[in-house]
Amino acid sequence: MWRGRGSRAPPGSREAVSRDGAMGTTLDVRVKRAGKVYRDGEVLSGVVVITSKDTVQHQGISLTMEGSVNLQLSAKNVGVFEAFCNTAKPIQIINSTIEMVKPGKLPSGKTEIPFEFPLQMKGNKVLYETYHGVFVNIQYTLRCDMRRSLLAKDLTKTCEFIVHSLSQKGKLLPSPVDFTITPETLQNVKERASLPKFLIRGHLNSTNCVITQPLTGELVVESAEAAVKSIELQLVRVETCEFEVNIVVLLHDDHLITENFPLKLCRM
Amino acid sequence: HSLRHARVRNYVSESEVCKLESVPLDFGDYHPLKPITVTESKTKKMSRKGSTSSTSSSSSSSMLDPLSSVLDGTDPLSLFAAAADPVTTAPPMDGARRKRDKDESSAVGSDFEPWSGKRGEILARYTTTEKLSIVSGGARKATTTGSAVSEKVRTRLEELDDLEEGSQKELLNLTQQDYMNRIEELNQSLKDAWSSDQKVKALKIVIQCSKLLSDTTVIQFYPSKFVLITDILDTFGKLVYERILSMCVDNRVSLPDNFSPESVNDTAKETCLNWFFKIASIRELIPRFYVEAAILKCNKFLSKTGILECLPRLTAMIRGIGDPLVAVYARAYLCRVGMEVAPQLKESLNKNFFDFLLTFKQIHGDTVQNQLVVQCVEIPVYLTLYSPAIDWILQCIAYHAPDVLLTEMMERCKKLGNNALLLNSVMSAFRAEFIAARSMDFIAMIKECDESGFPKHLLFRSLGLNLALADPPESDRLQILNEAWKVITKLKNPQDYINCAEVWVEYTCRHFTKREVNTVLADVIKHMTPDRAFEDAYPQLQSIIQKVITYIYDFALLFSVEKFLPFLDMFQKESVRVEVCKCIMESFIKHQQEPTKDPVILNALLHICKTMHDSVNALTLEDEKRMLAALINGFIKMVSFGRDFEQQLSFYVEARSMFCNLEPVLVQLIHSVNKLAMETRRVMKGNHSRKTAAFVRACVAFCFITIPSLSSIFTRLNLYLHSGQVALANQCLSQADAFFKAAVSLVPEVPKMISVDGKMRPSDAFLLEFLCNFFSTLLVVPDHPEQGVLFLVRGLLNVIQDYTWEDNSDDKVRIYTHVLHLLSAMTQESFIYHVDKVDSNDALYGGDSKFLAEINKLSETVVSQILDHLKTLGKEETLKRQSQLAHYFFNTILAHGDLRNNRLNQLSVNLWNLAQKHGFADTKTMVKTLEYIKRQSKQPEMSHLTDLALRLPLQSRT
Repeated sequence: MWRGRGSRAPPGSREAVSRDGAMGTTLDVRVKRAGKVYRDGEVLSGVVVITSKDTVQHQGISLTMEGSVNLQLSAKNVGVFEAFCNTAKPIQIINSTIEMVKPGKLPSGKTEIPFEFPLQMKGNKVLYETYHGVFVNIQYTLRCDMRRSLLAKDLTKTCEFIVHSLSQKGKLLPSPVDFTITPETLQNVKERASLPKFLIRGHLNSTNCVITQPLTGELVVESAEAAVKSIELQLVRVETCEFEVNIVVLLHDDHLITENFPLKLCRM
Repeated sequence: HSLRHARVRNYVSESEVCKLESVPLDFGDYHPLKPITVTESKTKKMSRKGSTSSTSSSSSSSMLDPLSSVLDGTDPLSLFAAAADPVTTAPPMDGARRKRDKDESSAVGSDFEPWSGKRGEILARYTTTEKLSIVSGGARKATTTGSAVSEKVRTRLEELDDLEEGSQKELLNLTQQDYMNRIEELNQSLKDAWSSDQKVKALKIVIQCSKLLSDTTVIQFYPSKFVLITDILDTFGKLVYERILSMCVDNRVSLPDNFSPESVNDTAKETCLNWFFKIASIRELIPRFYVEAAILKCNKFLSKTGILECLPRLTAMIRGIGDPLVAVYARAYLCRVGMEVAPQLKESLNKNFFDFLLTFKQIHGDTVQNQLVVQCVEIPVYLTLYSPAIDWILQCIAYHAPDVLLTEMMERCKKLGNNALLLNSVMSAFRAEFIAARSMDFIAMIKECDESGFPKHLLFRSLGLNLALADPPESDRLQILNEAWKVITKLKNPQDYINCAEVWVEYTCRHFTKREVNTVLADVIKHMTPDRAFEDAYPQLQSIIQKVITYIYDFALLFSVEKFLPFLDMFQKESVRVEVCKCIMESFIKHQQEPTKDPVILNALLHICKTMHDSVNALTLEDEKRMLAALINGFIKMVSFGRDFEQQLSFYVEARSMFCNLEPVLVQLIHSVNKLAMETRRVMKGNHSRKTAAFVRACVAFCFITIPSLSSIFTRLNLYLHSGQVALANQCLSQADAFFKAAVSLVPEVPKMISVDGKMRPSDAFLLEFLCNFFSTLLVVPDHPEQGVLFLVRGLLNVIQDYTWEDNSDDKVRIYTHVLHLLSAMTQESFIYHVDKVDSNDALYGGDSKFLAEINKLSETVVSQILDHLKTLGKEETLKRQSQLAHYFFNTILAHGDLRNNRLNQLSVNLWNLAQKHGFADTKTMVKTLEYIKRQSKQPEMSHLTDLALRLPLQSRT
């Protein structure tokens, strides 16, 4: 049985708040949910927090919600030159700005200004799920800007929030897979005769997986002529928004056997 | 001078007057000091709180017990008694089961031996002298002192590396102690990292530690390594759990112990989930397993069924661990965490054991064998490495498990070729009652079982341990002993033998007579004597003695076990021998009810006491000496030859020669001999025959020659006085004189400071007390015809006169006033008390005027001494003392003096004035004294006090 899960920010890590050194004015954006996770149709709410010892003069405070897709072409797929040229033309998915406070003064101490953004896509557009990959990046941010007079620097604070797509109940059909691995089932074998005999059976409980649930299955080494050195499970993210799982068996005579199953992930 | 100084006393009528009115005693129920006793305890439901409480009715009904009133009427002890009641009436097994039904889901009870009890044992047992190596990241502190230069350089180089994951170094050639230090350092840096908010680093350290558990080089150290590293994991688990728990604090109210996941806030849940995700992405199986198991408890924050779902998954994960030893310890850890977090989930425990059985044959597989050959480890040694883990798993399974399950487990083990290793663990882990009831089956299994290198004597030892706790069926008992001992006696290695024998001695003592015990002891002697094998087995031999005297505490019976004393001869190391002697004496003092004269007991115990006494040397601590002396004294007090007093005395004489180095024993002997003399007197009703008189004189002589050998001066003084009194009571007048003379001549030697309980204290209070006591005795001591009148009193006065008193103390004067009391008592026609059959001075002189004149002369000398002293107190800083002393002296004259004597009368008036002269007198006391005088003046023949009262002015305070 196994279980794989994506990695996240280390427990307890924090983002720094924007701080203006001289005056000690700080600007911070806090969304309400601890996990910062929102779905299409929900309301993103939170507060902007300004702390200062003295009163704060400003030329207006605004809040911007942005969502964009970044594609980076791989040098493997295209030529180096194209890869260089074609980087970074982010495609915007969502973008809206609201003015929170008109130019004026804020009192000294801590000021909390609440805000709400409805996460609503216009027309048939889809609010894609947040994704941080090597070649594909879908990211949503909240940015708060405090404009100030020429003498003081503008203050900006950005905060990422996470978008999860809506539950895809319809898509989830249980699709268990039974498998058997023997020398005969293998492809790409040069000298099949020299292979030690073995029989590995097993099953995946489903190749359609709910992303929050463990991927489960079982593997039984029924017999093996050569001692098994290690059995590994590799969860691979293929950058076409897909996943696959590899079973890798290493025998003591350094034979390497791999078997590969594509996975479909969805959210419940 | 014809006038008397002392007033005439009529002791009888005075006593009548002063006596308190006698009131008939009412032996009713009530007494304020009588403890409140609970006579009945009821259990009833209290409607308001719904809690069980007990009402205690006490025999003193009028008073409320303040303790129970504080507790709102619920006495916790009787509450406990009430709760325990149904259990105690049922047999213990049944009671335990009932209890289990009651709190099925709560934590394990105190009858479950916790891991903490095992770890020390494992660490002590599984050690190595091989060199170890450790792979460690940078997370170490450079605290190595005294290590080799090359290692220091290595440490410094490592410090230069940054603390990130890549910087792993393998440290080779560590001794076991070094290795343990390293792990302790890791533990410390885990705590440091945590407290400095470096949670990621903390996690890395824990991962690194758990990786060490996949390393089986130096395999004989593996169990200890497991203990050390799981300590760190436990620490980590606790830190994470507490951290998340602290995030759940809402409005300063923390979660209750039995919180549900719904009451956990999102932030806490998110953090908790993050930990699990982080751990799930650890690449290697073993650290991933251990670290997740360590924080298993945290599942409680996420969902109700989390632990229930995790345990089977973690159990199945262990199947991926190839090395059987590593796997079984991983199972032990999972069971340990599981028992702690969710003891009600028994399924996984069983599953772990069955999985283990399934892969059991791997233990004898090629991979393992090859590894053992490389490491030069023998199979028996290797197999014993499994014991702690299997024992633990089985203990968890067996806890409160029904017999059916245990039987099933046993059957499964049997099916697996009846393996010795498994059988041993079954016996270590299962209930003693279960094992004991099937002793014969187990013996049969032990005989048949496939040893596979696992030492058989360990199996008999385990069985013996069970039989020490629970009894097998009556009919099997002798056969069990025979079967077991047949095997034990054949063991060649003395260590193996003694470890087994030690356990079985208890069984033997418990169920059999001295004949069997004797046989067993003889067998132990036979095995342990060749090549002085006993030298390496003192703890076990000591434990055997302990067990024997626990069960055989009738000493007549004990010493009739022929081999008992020869057994003691094996304790040839003095410190051990003395320890054993002490145990025996303690048992004797505790259990011996009646005094004894049994020559066997006396001989043996004298020998044992002599051994203890002879161990005393210049280096022996005071406490130790005190303890030894107390034990010997306890023995001496229990020896009695009944009416054979001569035999008794000769026993004391013998004891004195044996125990001359322990002063408290000598003191006890003097008291015992004095008691013997008084006992003789009692038997003869005061009329000694020629023979008993000679015997009593022998007793007195014993004391007289023993006392000077004591070092403590006050012990000597008091014993002289005491023995003198005994001599006097037995009409040994010249001997009594000798004692008193000795006491008088010893007084000048009393030092200013004496040591009391190791601290230096002024001796004056002790001396004062002794002298008062002495004066009281001297009243009845008749004068020696050849010495002058009152020669002892005079002698003592001379000594007091010459004694160097503290400059700023009034002790001397206080003693002189006591002497006046004595002299006053001596002038009475008949003394206040007498010694039976001894004529005191009142009878000797019959109120002769010369005698009285002599006393008057003495009194005047003493009075003038007192007055001289009062004069020296005329200085400013001593006026207060002068006032107090004057009043003290006034009271003495008032009580003992004849105030019709004008000089005395005038003296008292002067003293009265002196006491008040400088305003230091306590007005209240003075007023009361005056009232007393007025009251006294109304007594017959006291009318002269009326005049005195008129002459005593009261100084008003202005």
